Amino acid sequence: MTDEYQVKVTVNGRIRESRVEARWLLADYLRHDLGLTGTHIGCEQGVCGACTVLLDGRTARSCLHFAVAVDGSDIRTVEDLADLDELHPIQEMFHRKHALQCGFCTPGFLLTTVELLERNADPDEATIRETLMNNVCRCTGYANIVDAVAEAAVELRRGHRA
Amino acid sequence: MKPAPFSFIAPESLDAVVRVMAEYGDDARILAGGQSLVPLMNLRLARPEVLVSINRCQELDYIRLSNDRLVVGALVRQIDAETDALVEAECPLLAKALPHVGLPATRNRGTVCGSLAHCDPLAELPAVALALEAELVLTSAVGERRVPAHDFFVTEMTTSIETGEVVSAVTFKRQDPSERSALHEVSNGGHVFPVGGVALRWASVDGVCTMARIAAFGVGSVAQRLIDAEGALVGSDLGPAAIAAAVTAARSAVNPTGDIHADAEYRRHLVGVLLERGLLEGEGP
Repeated sequence: MTDEYQVKVTVNGRIRESRVEARWLLADYLRHDLGLTGTHIGCEQGVCGACTVLLDGRTARSCLHFAVAVDGSDIRTVEDLADLDELHPIQEMFHRKHALQCGFCTPGFLLTTVELLERNADPDEATIRETLMNNVCRCTGYANIVDAVAEAAVELRRGHRA
Repeated sequence: MKPAPFSFIAPESLDAVVRVMAEYGDDARILAGGQSLVPLMNLRLARPEVLVSINRCQELDYIRLSNDRLVVGALVRQIDAETDALVEAECPLLAKALPHVGLPATRNRGTVCGSLAHCDPLAELPAVALALEAELVLTSAVGERRVPAHDFFVTEMTTSIETGEVVSAVTFKRQDPSERSALHEVSNGGHVFPVGGVALRWASVDGVCTMARIAAFGVGSVAQRLIDAEGALVGSDLGPAAIAAAVTAARSAVNPTGDIHADAEYRRHLVGVLLERGLLEGEGP
C-alpha cells in the first residue's frame, strides 16, 4: 500500500513534477518535497488555517488536500508574495500595523487576505472579520490584523499590484 | 497526525467511479471536496483502503432545473452553489444556508452532496434538504435509485447509502416565489459548528398559512423534520398563538444531548427561539 503516484502541479509559477505516496498531504508536499516551508502546519485538521494556500486561485487548507488529488492544479504559497527584497503591500501593512507577534499563523492570514482583496477591493470591517474567520491567531487579538487588511486594501487601490 | 496509507483512484466518469466502488465495496470511500473526510483521515478516525476521487468527473459539475426540481451534481462546490443565480432564484433557502456552512476556505472545495453524505448532526445542509423535500440520487453499478431526504439521513454520520453506491446528485423542490424561508442558527463566537439551528419555509394565502416545512439541526443525532410544529402553523393566521403552539411542538419533538458548547435544555429552548425568530423575521421568498 505504499504505491507512489505521479503529480504535476504549478507552484508559484513553476511546474513541479514528483512522485508521492497517496497519503502525502499537500502541506507536507510543499514543505518537504519542494522546501517551501513558509506554509505552516498547525492543527492538521482544518481548524486553524495556518496552512492556507491558494489552490486554483481560491484559498484552501493544504492539510485537507492530498497532493495526489490536486494533480494539475495551480498553487500559490506565501513565498510568491514578496518580490525579492520588496514585501508585498499586504505583507508591508502587516509589518507596519503590528499584525503579527509570533508569526506562525501569518502566512495563512496573508493568503486569505490576498483572496479577499482580489475579489473585493474595498471590503468593510464586517466583511474583513467574517473572512478572517478562516484563520486563527493566538497572539494579536485580531484588531491589528483587521486594521492591516483594511489599510492594505487602501494601498492596493492606490495602484500597487495585487 | 498523518493519514494511514491508502490507494488512490481518480476516474474520469461516473460509470468508471461506480465500477471501482463495486470492485472495492466497503474498503473504498468517495473523495469530493474532502473537507470533512480528510480531517477524519488525518485523525485516523477514517482509514479507507481506497480513495476514489470524483474530482475529474466533469459530468457531475452542474446545477440545472428538471421539472419542479433543482438538481445539484455531486461535484458542485458549496461556494459555487452559494453564488449561483439559479440556486438564488429557485431555492433561496439553500442560498441562505450556504454562507453558514464551514468557512470560506472549506466552502471553496467542499461540495453540497458531500455535506449531505457526511451527515454531521450539526450540519446545516441536511436540515435544508429535509425542508426542501430533497431526493438523493444514488448511483451504483447496477443502476440508480432516488431516496427522499427523510429516508436518507439515519443517524449521526450514517445514511441509508448502500455498499457500492455513490451520491451522484441531489434534487431540491423548487420554492414557489410566494414562499418565505429562513435559516437561523446559534454558534459560540464564530465557531465553525453551530450549537443548533432551524431551516424553514412556509406559504400563506389571504393571511392563512397553507404550507410549512420546518427542520432542525444540532438538536438530536441527525437533522429532523418537525412535523407537529408544521401542523400547528398550517391553517393558522401565523399569529402569536399559532407561533407559540409551533414553538411548543418543536421543543417537545427534539431530543438534544448536551456537550461542552451547550446543555440539552439550552438546545431544546433554542430550537423554539430560532423557529419563532425565523417566522417573525424571515424575509421572502
